[in-house]
Amino acid sequence: MVDARAGQRPSPRVEGRAAGLGWGVGALLVATAAVMVVALYMALVWAPPERLQGQVYRIFFFHVPVSWVAYLAFAVTFAGGLAYLRSGRASWDRAAAASAEVGVVFTTLSLVTGSIWGKPILNAWWGWDVRLTTTLVLWLIYLGYLMIRAYAAEQAQGARLAAVVGVVGFVVVPINFFSIRLWRGLHPGPNIGTEGGLEIEGAMAATLFVSLAAVTLLYITLLVARIRLRSLTDAVGEIKARLGVGGIR
Amino acid sequence: MTAILGKVGAIVWKDVLAELRTKDIVLSVGVFAVLVIIVFNFAFQPGAQGIGAVAPGALWVAVVFAGVLGMNRAFVLEKERGTLPGLLLCPVPREAIFAGKMAASLLFMLLVEAAVVPLFGVFLGLPLFPPALVPIVLLATLGFAAAGTLFSAVAASSRSRELMLPILLLPVLVPVILSAVGASAAVFAGEPFGEYRTWVQVLIGFDVVYLVLSAWVFEYVVQE
Repeated sequence: MVDARAGQRPSPRVEGRAAGLGWGVGALLVATAAVMVVALYMALVWAPPERLQGQVYRIFFFHVPVSWVAYLAFAVTFAGGLAYLRSGRASWDRAAAASAEVGVVFTTLSLVTGSIWGKPILNAWWGWDVRLTTTLVLWLIYLGYLMIRAYAAEQAQGARLAAVVGVVGFVVVPINFFSIRLWRGLHPGPNIGTEGGLEIEGAMAATLFVSLAAVTLLYITLLVARIRLRSLTDAVGEIKARLGVGGIR
Repeated sequence: MTAILGKVGAIVWKDVLAELRTKDIVLSVGVFAVLVIIVFNFAFQPGAQGIGAVAPGALWVAVVFAGVLGMNRAFVLEKERGTLPGLLLCPVPREAIFAGKMAASLLFMLLVEAAVVPLFGVFLGLPLFPPALVPIVLLATLGFAAAGTLFSAVAASSRSRELMLPILLLPVLVPVILSAVGASAAVFAGEPFGEYRTWVQVLIGFDVVYLVLSAWVFEYVVQE
Protein backbone atom coordinates (compact mmCIF):
# COMPACT_ATOMS: atom_id res chain seq x y z
CA MET A 1 0.00 0.00 0.00
CA VAL A 2 3.04 2.29 -0.11
CA ASP A 3 2.50 4.99 -2.68
CA ALA A 4 4.81 7.58 -4.16
CA ARG A 5 4.17 10.09 -1.44
CA ALA A 6 5.04 7.67 1.32
CA GLY A 7 8.61 8.86 1.60
CA GLN A 8 7.57 12.44 2.11
CA ARG A 9 8.05 14.04 5.47
CA PRO A 10 4.97 15.19 7.34
CA SER A 11 3.90 18.69 6.44
CA PRO A 12 6.66 20.93 7.86
CA ARG A 13 4.01 23.25 9.23
CA VAL A 14 2.69 20.63 11.63
CA GLU A 15 6.17 19.57 12.65
CA GLY A 16 7.38 23.11 13.19
CA ARG A 17 4.36 24.01 15.26
CA ALA A 18 4.78 20.96 17.47
CA ALA A 19 8.47 21.72 17.97
CA GLY A 20 7.65 25.32 18.87
CA LEU A 21 5.07 24.15 21.37
CA GLY A 22 7.66 21.77 22.77
CA TRP A 23 9.95 24.69 23.62
CA GLY A 24 6.98 26.56 24.99
CA VAL A 25 6.04 23.70 27.31
CA GLY A 26 9.62 23.54 28.62
CA ALA A 27 9.75 27.25 29.36
CA LEU A 28 6.32 27.23 30.94
CA LEU A 29 7.28 24.27 33.09
CA VAL A 30 10.29 26.12 34.50
CA ALA A 31 8.25 29.27 35.16
CA THR A 32 5.43 27.29 36.79
CA ALA A 33 7.85 25.39 39.03
CA ALA A 34 9.52 28.62 40.16
CA VAL A 35 6.26 30.41 40.99
CA MET A 36 4.85 27.26 42.58
CA VAL A 37 7.80 27.00 44.97
CA VAL A 38 7.28 30.62 46.03
CA ALA A 39 3.53 30.05 46.39
CA LEU A 40 4.10 26.93 48.51
CA TYR A 41 6.50 28.79 50.79
CA MET A 42 4.11 31.71 51.16
CA ALA A 43 1.05 29.51 51.74
CA LEU A 44 2.63 27.03 54.15
CA VAL A 45 5.20 29.14 56.01
CA TRP A 46 5.01 32.86 55.38
CA ALA A 47 1.29 33.59 55.71
CA PRO A 48 0.21 33.94 59.37
CA PRO A 49 -2.28 31.49 60.92
CA GLU A 50 -5.89 32.54 60.63
CA ARG A 51 -7.62 33.96 63.69
CA LEU A 52 -10.34 31.30 63.98
CA GLN A 53 -9.19 28.37 61.87
CA GLY A 54 -5.51 28.41 62.80
CA GLN A 55 -3.36 26.42 60.39
CA VAL A 56 -6.18 24.48 58.79
CA TYR A 57 -7.21 27.38 56.60
CA ARG A 58 -4.01 27.14 54.53
CA ILE A 59 -5.63 24.70 52.13
CA PHE A 60 -7.63 27.74 51.05
CA PHE A 61 -4.57 28.95 49.11
CA PHE A 62 -4.93 25.94 46.83
CA HIS A 63 -8.64 25.31 46.99
CA VAL A 64 -9.68 28.76 45.79
CA PRO A 65 -7.23 29.16 42.88
CA VAL A 66 -7.89 25.61 41.70
CA SER A 67 -11.65 26.25 41.73
CA TRP A 68 -11.33 29.52 39.85
CA VAL A 69 -9.03 28.02 37.25
CA ALA A 70 -11.41 25.07 36.81
CA TYR A 71 -14.12 27.51 35.75
CA LEU A 72 -11.63 29.35 33.56
CA ALA A 73 -10.78 26.05 31.89
CA PHE A 74 -14.43 25.32 31.12
CA ALA A 75 -14.86 28.86 29.81
CA VAL A 76 -11.97 28.17 27.41
CA THR A 77 -13.65 24.89 26.40
CA PHE A 78 -16.87 26.80 25.79
CA ALA A 79 -15.15 29.45 23.66
CA GLY A 80 -13.09 26.84 21.80
CA GLY A 81 -16.14 24.69 21.17
CA LEU A 82 -18.11 27.66 19.88
CA ALA A 83 -15.26 28.67 17.57
CA TYR A 84 -14.92 25.07 16.37
CA LEU A 85 -18.62 24.78 15.57
CA ARG A 86 -18.45 28.08 13.68
CA SER A 87 -15.21 27.51 11.78
CA GLY A 88 -14.68 23.75 11.80
CA ARG A 89 -10.97 24.27 12.40
CA ALA A 90 -9.33 21.38 14.25
CA SER A 91 -7.02 23.69 16.22
CA TRP A 92 -10.01 25.16 18.08
CA ASP A 93 -11.17 21.67 18.96
CA ARG A 94 -7.73 20.70 20.21
CA ALA A 95 -7.68 23.71 22.53
CA ALA A 96 -11.24 23.04 23.75
CA ALA A 97 -10.61 19.36 24.41
CA ALA A 98 -7.28 19.98 26.14
CA SER A 99 -8.88 22.60 28.35
CA ALA A 100 -11.75 20.26 29.25
CA GLU A 101 -9.29 17.56 30.32
CA VAL A 102 -7.36 19.95 32.54
CA GLY A 103 -10.64 21.46 33.76
CA VAL A 104 -11.95 18.09 34.91
CA VAL A 105 -8.71 17.45 36.81
CA PHE A 106 -8.86 20.89 38.46
CA THR A 107 -12.54 20.47 39.33
CA THR A 108 -11.72 17.14 40.94
CA LEU A 109 -8.97 18.85 42.94
CA SER A 110 -11.37 21.61 43.90
CA LEU A 111 -13.98 19.14 45.18
CA VAL A 112 -11.36 17.08 47.03
CA THR A 113 -9.60 20.03 48.67
CA GLY A 114 -12.99 21.49 49.60
CA SER A 115 -13.91 18.22 51.29
CA ILE A 116 -10.62 18.07 53.16
CA TRP A 117 -11.13 21.64 54.33
CA GLY A 118 -14.78 21.10 55.25
CA LYS A 119 -14.15 18.09 57.50
CA PRO A 120 -12.22 19.86 60.32
CA ILE A 121 -14.00 23.22 59.98
CA LEU A 122 -17.63 22.20 59.46
CA ASN A 123 -17.37 18.58 60.59
CA ALA A 124 -18.67 17.25 57.28
CA TRP A 125 -16.94 16.02 54.14
CA TRP A 126 -19.75 17.27 52.02
CA GLY A 127 -22.57 19.79 52.16
CA TRP A 128 -25.07 20.58 49.45
CA ASP A 129 -23.91 24.16 49.29
CA VAL A 130 -24.66 26.20 46.16
CA ARG A 131 -21.12 26.44 44.89
CA LEU A 132 -20.29 22.85 45.73
CA THR A 133 -23.37 21.49 44.03
CA THR A 134 -22.99 23.69 40.94
CA THR A 135 -19.36 22.61 40.65
CA LEU A 136 -20.30 18.96 41.06
CA VAL A 137 -22.91 19.25 38.30
CA LEU A 138 -20.41 20.98 36.03
CA TRP A 139 -17.86 18.24 36.75
CA LEU A 140 -20.42 15.61 35.67
CA ILE A 141 -21.25 17.55 32.49
CA TYR A 142 -17.60 17.72 31.45
CA LEU A 143 -17.04 14.05 32.29
CA GLY A 144 -19.80 13.51 29.74
CA TYR A 145 -17.90 15.82 27.38
CA LEU A 146 -14.79 13.63 27.61
CA MET A 147 -16.82 10.42 27.32
CA ILE A 148 -18.71 11.49 24.21
CA ARG A 149 -15.35 12.29 22.60
CA ALA A 150 -13.98 8.90 23.52
CA TYR A 151 -17.06 6.96 22.39
CA ALA A 152 -17.63 8.72 19.08
CA ALA A 153 -17.44 6.58 15.98
CA GLU A 154 -14.97 8.94 14.31
CA GLN A 155 -12.83 11.80 15.50
CA ALA A 156 -14.47 14.72 13.70
CA GLN A 157 -17.89 13.62 14.87
CA GLY A 158 -16.68 13.24 18.44
CA ALA A 159 -15.24 16.74 18.28
CA ARG A 160 -18.53 18.17 17.05
CA LEU A 161 -20.71 16.33 19.58
CA ALA A 162 -18.35 17.24 22.40
CA ALA A 163 -18.37 20.89 21.33
CA VAL A 164 -22.17 20.87 21.54
CA VAL A 165 -22.03 19.36 25.04
CA GLY A 166 -19.36 21.85 26.11
CA VAL A 167 -21.28 24.85 24.81
CA VAL A 168 -24.68 23.81 26.16
CA GLY A 169 -23.18 22.67 29.46
CA PHE A 170 -21.49 26.00 30.10
CA VAL A 171 -24.29 28.32 28.99
CA VAL A 172 -26.62 26.84 31.58
CA VAL A 173 -24.29 27.31 34.58
CA PRO A 174 -26.26 30.40 35.73
CA ILE A 175 -29.58 28.48 35.61
CA ASN A 176 -28.00 25.63 37.55
CA PHE A 177 -26.57 28.02 40.10
CA PHE A 178 -29.84 29.90 40.52
CA SER A 179 -32.00 26.79 40.85
CA ILE A 180 -29.61 25.19 43.34
CA ARG A 181 -29.53 28.37 45.40
CA LEU A 182 -33.30 28.39 45.46
CA TRP A 183 -33.33 24.73 46.50
CA ARG A 184 -30.86 25.40 49.32
CA GLY A 185 -32.99 28.33 50.39
CA LEU A 186 -35.81 25.91 51.05
CA HIS A 187 -33.59 23.48 52.93
CA PRO A 188 -31.26 25.54 55.07
CA GLY A 189 -28.13 23.79 56.17
CA PRO A 190 -24.47 24.37 56.87
CA ASN A 191 -22.89 26.74 54.45
CA ILE A 192 -19.64 25.19 53.31
CA GLY A 193 -16.69 26.86 51.73
CA THR A 194 -17.42 30.33 52.95
CA GLU A 195 -14.36 32.33 52.08
CA GLY A 196 -16.35 35.23 53.46
CA GLY A 197 -16.01 33.61 56.87
CA LEU A 198 -12.25 33.96 56.73
CA GLU A 199 -10.53 37.13 57.81
CA ILE A 200 -8.22 37.87 54.95
CA GLU A 201 -5.49 40.33 55.74
CA GLY A 202 -2.62 41.74 53.68
CA ALA A 203 -0.18 38.83 53.82
CA MET A 204 -2.95 36.34 53.07
CA ALA A 205 -4.20 38.34 50.10
CA ALA A 206 -0.67 38.49 48.71
CA THR A 207 -0.28 34.73 49.20
CA LEU A 208 -3.60 34.07 47.50
CA PHE A 209 -2.50 36.23 44.58
CA VAL A 210 0.78 34.33 44.14
CA SER A 211 -1.02 30.96 44.49
CA LEU A 212 -3.48 32.05 41.86
CA ALA A 213 -0.62 32.97 39.54
CA ALA A 214 1.07 29.61 40.18
CA VAL A 215 -2.09 27.60 39.57
CA THR A 216 -2.98 29.60 36.45
CA LEU A 217 0.54 29.02 35.12
CA LEU A 218 0.15 25.32 35.86
CA TYR A 219 -3.11 25.33 33.91
CA ILE A 220 -1.50 27.06 30.92
CA THR A 221 1.43 24.63 31.01
CA LEU A 222 -0.83 21.58 31.08
CA LEU A 223 -3.06 23.12 28.42
CA VAL A 224 -0.20 23.78 26.01
CA ALA A 225 1.29 20.35 26.69
CA ARG A 226 -2.03 18.65 25.90
CA ILE A 227 -2.58 20.78 22.80
CA ARG A 228 0.90 19.81 21.62
CA LEU A 229 0.19 16.13 22.25
CA ARG A 230 -3.06 16.40 20.31
CA SER A 231 -1.34 18.14 17.38
CA LEU A 232 1.28 15.41 17.29
CA THR A 233 -1.37 12.69 17.49
CA ASP A 234 -3.27 14.29 14.64
CA ALA A 235 -0.05 14.64 12.63
CA VAL A 236 0.75 10.95 13.17
CA GLY A 237 -2.79 10.09 12.16
CA GLU A 238 -2.34 12.13 8.98
CA ILE A 239 0.89 10.34 8.13
CA LYS A 240 -0.60 6.92 8.83
CA ALA A 241 -3.61 7.72 6.71
CA ARG A 242 -1.27 8.73 3.88
CA LEU A 243 0.72 5.54 4.26
CA GLY A 244 -2.49 3.54 4.44
CA VAL A 245 -1.59 1.80 7.70
CA GLY A 246 -4.93 2.34 9.38
CA GLY A 247 -6.31 5.26 11.24
CA ILE A 248 -5.40 6.42 14.68
CA ARG A 249 -7.85 7.95 17.05
CA MET B 1 -44.84 30.13 9.09
CA THR B 2 -47.84 27.91 8.34
CA ALA B 3 -45.72 26.01 5.85
CA ILE B 4 -43.09 25.32 8.51
CA LEU B 5 -45.73 24.26 11.00
CA GLY B 6 -47.12 21.86 8.42
CA LYS B 7 -43.69 20.30 8.00
CA VAL B 8 -43.20 20.03 11.75
CA GLY B 9 -46.64 18.45 11.94
CA ALA B 10 -45.68 15.91 9.30
CA ILE B 11 -42.63 14.83 11.30
CA VAL B 12 -44.71 14.56 14.46
CA TRP B 13 -47.31 12.53 12.58
CA LYS B 14 -44.61 10.19 11.28
CA ASP B 15 -43.44 9.48 14.85
CA VAL B 16 -46.99 9.14 16.15
CA LEU B 17 -47.80 6.68 13.37
CA ALA B 18 -44.70 4.61 14.12
CA GLU B 19 -45.64 4.64 17.79
CA LEU B 20 -49.25 3.66 17.08
CA ARG B 21 -47.99 0.62 15.20
CA THR B 22 -45.50 -0.56 17.81
CA LYS B 23 -46.66 1.13 21.05
CA ASP B 24 -43.05 0.67 22.13
CA ILE B 25 -42.40 3.93 23.86
CA VAL B 26 -45.61 4.80 25.69
CA LEU B 27 -46.18 1.28 27.02
CA SER B 28 -42.66 0.45 28.13
CA VAL B 29 -42.03 3.91 29.54
CA GLY B 30 -45.33 3.91 31.41
CA VAL B 31 -44.72 0.49 32.91
CA PHE B 32 -41.21 1.47 33.87
CA ALA B 33 -42.42 4.66 35.58
CA VAL B 34 -44.93 2.67 37.63
CA LEU B 35 -42.19 0.21 38.57
CA VAL B 36 -39.94 3.00 39.81
CA ILE B 37 -42.77 4.36 41.96
CA ILE B 38 -43.42 0.91 43.42
CA VAL B 39 -39.74 0.30 44.10
CA PHE B 40 -39.62 3.70 45.76
CA ASN B 41 -42.47 2.68 48.05
CA PHE B 42 -40.47 -0.32 49.24
CA ALA B 43 -37.84 2.12 50.50
CA PHE B 44 -40.34 3.49 53.02
CA GLN B 45 -42.69 1.99 55.57
CA PRO B 46 -46.25 1.95 54.19
CA GLY B 47 -48.17 4.94 55.46
CA ALA B 48 -45.08 6.20 57.22
CA GLN B 49 -44.99 9.70 58.59
CA GLY B 50 -43.51 12.22 56.23
CA ILE B 51 -44.06 10.23 53.06
CA GLY B 52 -45.66 13.39 51.72
CA ALA B 53 -42.27 15.07 52.00
CA VAL B 54 -40.53 12.57 49.72
CA ALA B 55 -43.49 11.92 47.43
CA PRO B 56 -42.81 14.71 44.90
CA GLY B 57 -39.20 13.57 44.67
CA ALA B 58 -40.27 9.99 44.02
CA LEU B 59 -42.72 11.13 41.36
CA TRP B 60 -40.14 13.12 39.43
CA VAL B 61 -37.43 10.51 39.78
CA ALA B 62 -39.88 8.05 38.19
CA VAL B 63 -40.80 10.47 35.41
CA VAL B 64 -37.19 11.43 34.68
CA PHE B 65 -35.85 7.87 34.62
CA ALA B 66 -38.75 6.68 32.51
CA GLY B 67 -38.33 9.72 30.28
CA VAL B 68 -34.67 8.97 29.69
CA LEU B 69 -35.69 5.47 28.67
CA GLY B 70 -38.20 6.86 26.19
CA MET B 71 -35.83 9.51 24.88
CA ASN B 72 -33.36 6.79 23.98
CA ARG B 73 -35.81 5.62 21.36
CA ALA B 74 -36.25 9.03 19.74
CA PHE B 75 -33.07 8.88 17.67
CA VAL B 76 -31.80 5.36 18.24
CA LEU B 77 -34.70 4.00 16.17
CA GLU B 78 -33.88 6.43 13.36
CA LYS B 79 -30.24 5.35 13.54
CA GLU B 80 -31.03 1.64 13.64
CA ARG B 81 -33.40 1.76 10.71
CA GLY B 82 -31.15 4.14 8.84
CA THR B 83 -33.97 6.63 8.41
CA LEU B 84 -32.11 9.61 9.83
CA PRO B 85 -30.38 10.47 6.52
CA GLY B 86 -33.79 10.36 4.85
CA LEU B 87 -35.16 12.72 7.44
CA LEU B 88 -32.19 15.03 6.99
CA LEU B 89 -32.66 15.00 3.21
CA CYS B 90 -36.18 16.38 3.61
CA PRO B 91 -36.37 19.93 2.26
CA VAL B 92 -37.06 21.39 5.69
CA PRO B 93 -34.84 23.44 7.96
CA ARG B 94 -33.00 21.56 10.71
CA GLU B 95 -34.93 23.53 13.31
CA ALA B 96 -38.17 22.05 11.95
CA ILE B 97 -36.78 18.53 12.28
CA PHE B 98 -35.76 19.28 15.83
CA ALA B 99 -39.17 20.78 16.62
CA GLY B 100 -40.96 17.78 15.12
CA LYS B 101 -38.91 15.20 16.99
CA MET B 102 -39.23 17.19 20.19
CA ALA B 103 -42.99 17.64 19.87
CA ALA B 104 -43.46 13.91 19.33
CA SER B 105 -41.39 13.08 22.42
CA LEU B 106 -43.28 15.70 24.38
CA LEU B 107 -46.55 14.12 23.34
CA PHE B 108 -45.45 10.61 24.40
CA MET B 109 -44.14 11.89 27.73
CA LEU B 110 -47.38 13.75 28.47
CA LEU B 111 -49.40 10.64 27.67
CA VAL B 112 -47.34 8.62 30.11
CA GLU B 113 -47.61 11.30 32.78
CA ALA B 114 -51.39 11.53 32.35
CA ALA B 115 -51.52 7.89 33.43
CA VAL B 116 -48.68 7.79 35.94
CA VAL B 117 -49.45 10.89 38.02
CA PRO B 118 -52.97 9.79 39.11
CA LEU B 119 -51.67 6.27 39.74
CA PHE B 120 -48.99 7.81 41.91
CA GLY B 121 -51.69 9.63 43.88
CA VAL B 122 -53.52 6.33 44.34
CA PHE B 123 -50.45 4.55 45.71
CA LEU B 124 -49.40 7.32 48.06
CA GLY B 125 -52.81 8.56 49.12
CA LEU B 126 -52.29 11.99 47.58
CA PRO B 127 -54.65 14.12 45.46
CA LEU B 128 -54.98 12.31 42.11
CA PHE B 129 -54.21 15.21 39.81
CA PRO B 130 -54.47 18.65 41.39
CA PRO B 131 -55.24 21.21 38.64
CA ALA B 132 -52.33 23.36 39.82
CA LEU B 133 -50.01 20.49 38.90
CA VAL B 134 -50.94 20.70 35.21
CA PRO B 135 -48.85 23.77 34.26
CA ILE B 136 -45.90 22.43 36.28
CA VAL B 137 -46.00 19.08 34.51
CA LEU B 138 -46.35 20.81 31.13
CA LEU B 139 -43.43 23.18 31.71
CA ALA B 140 -41.15 20.55 33.21
CA THR B 141 -41.91 18.08 30.42
CA LEU B 142 -41.29 20.73 27.76
CA GLY B 143 -37.85 21.45 29.22
CA PHE B 144 -37.19 17.74 29.51
CA ALA B 145 -38.19 17.13 25.90
CA ALA B 146 -36.08 20.03 24.61
CA ALA B 147 -32.89 18.97 26.39
CA GLY B 148 -33.73 15.29 25.94
CA THR B 149 -34.19 15.51 22.17
CA LEU B 150 -30.89 17.32 21.75
CA PHE B 151 -28.90 14.91 23.90
CA SER B 152 -30.71 11.92 22.45
CA ALA B 153 -29.41 13.00 19.06
CA VAL B 154 -25.93 13.48 20.54
CA ALA B 155 -25.96 10.08 22.26
CA ALA B 156 -27.37 8.29 19.22
CA SER B 157 -24.29 9.30 17.23
CA SER B 158 -21.91 7.73 19.73
CA ARG B 159 -20.99 4.09 20.13
CA SER B 160 -22.66 3.30 23.46
CA ARG B 161 -25.95 5.10 22.86
CA GLU B 162 -28.15 3.90 25.69
CA LEU B 163 -25.38 4.52 28.21
CA MET B 164 -24.44 7.99 27.06
CA LEU B 165 -27.90 9.57 27.18
CA PRO B 166 -28.45 9.48 30.96
CA ILE B 167 -24.84 10.49 31.59
CA LEU B 168 -25.22 13.55 29.38
CA LEU B 169 -28.83 14.39 30.15
CA LEU B 170 -29.21 14.02 33.92
CA PRO B 171 -26.65 16.69 34.92
CA VAL B 172 -28.18 19.34 32.67
CA LEU B 173 -31.66 18.46 33.93
CA VAL B 174 -30.78 19.48 37.49
CA PRO B 175 -32.75 22.78 37.32
CA VAL B 176 -35.82 21.01 35.89
CA ILE B 177 -35.73 18.29 38.54
CA LEU B 178 -35.21 20.75 41.39
CA SER B 179 -37.95 23.12 40.31
CA ALA B 180 -40.44 20.42 39.35
CA VAL B 181 -39.96 18.76 42.74
CA GLY B 182 -40.09 22.09 44.57
CA ALA B 183 -43.24 23.27 42.82
CA SER B 184 -45.05 19.91 43.08
CA ALA B 185 -44.23 19.69 46.78
CA ALA B 186 -45.87 23.08 47.25
CA VAL B 187 -48.92 21.98 45.23
CA PHE B 188 -49.33 18.74 47.17
CA ALA B 189 -49.03 20.72 50.40
CA GLY B 190 -51.84 22.94 49.17
CA GLU B 191 -49.78 26.13 49.12
CA PRO B 192 -50.87 29.11 46.97
CA PHE B 193 -49.11 29.97 43.69
CA GLY B 194 -47.16 32.79 45.29
CA GLU B 195 -45.22 30.24 47.35
CA TYR B 196 -43.75 28.45 44.35
CA ARG B 197 -43.81 31.17 41.70
CA THR B 198 -39.98 31.30 41.59
CA TRP B 199 -39.82 27.60 40.73
CA VAL B 200 -42.21 28.13 37.84
CA GLN B 201 -40.06 31.03 36.67
CA VAL B 202 -36.98 28.77 36.73
CA LEU B 203 -38.88 26.21 34.65
CA ILE B 204 -39.90 28.85 32.10
CA GLY B 205 -36.34 30.18 31.95
CA PHE B 206 -34.95 26.68 31.43
CA ASP B 207 -37.52 25.93 28.71
CA VAL B 208 -36.77 29.12 26.77
CA VAL B 209 -32.98 28.70 27.02
CA TYR B 210 -33.06 25.04 26.02
CA LEU B 211 -35.55 25.47 23.19
CA VAL B 212 -33.46 28.22 21.60
CA LEU B 213 -30.10 26.59 22.33
CA SER B 214 -31.12 23.09 21.24
CA ALA B 215 -32.75 24.24 18.02
CA TRP B 216 -29.61 26.23 17.23
CA VAL B 217 -26.96 23.55 17.91
CA PHE B 218 -29.08 20.67 16.58
CA GLU B 219 -27.75 21.12 13.04
CA TYR B 220 -24.20 20.48 14.25
CA VAL B 221 -25.28 17.29 15.99
CA VAL B 222 -26.95 15.67 12.98
CA GLN B 223 -24.35 16.88 10.48
CA GLU B 224 -22.88 13.92 8.62
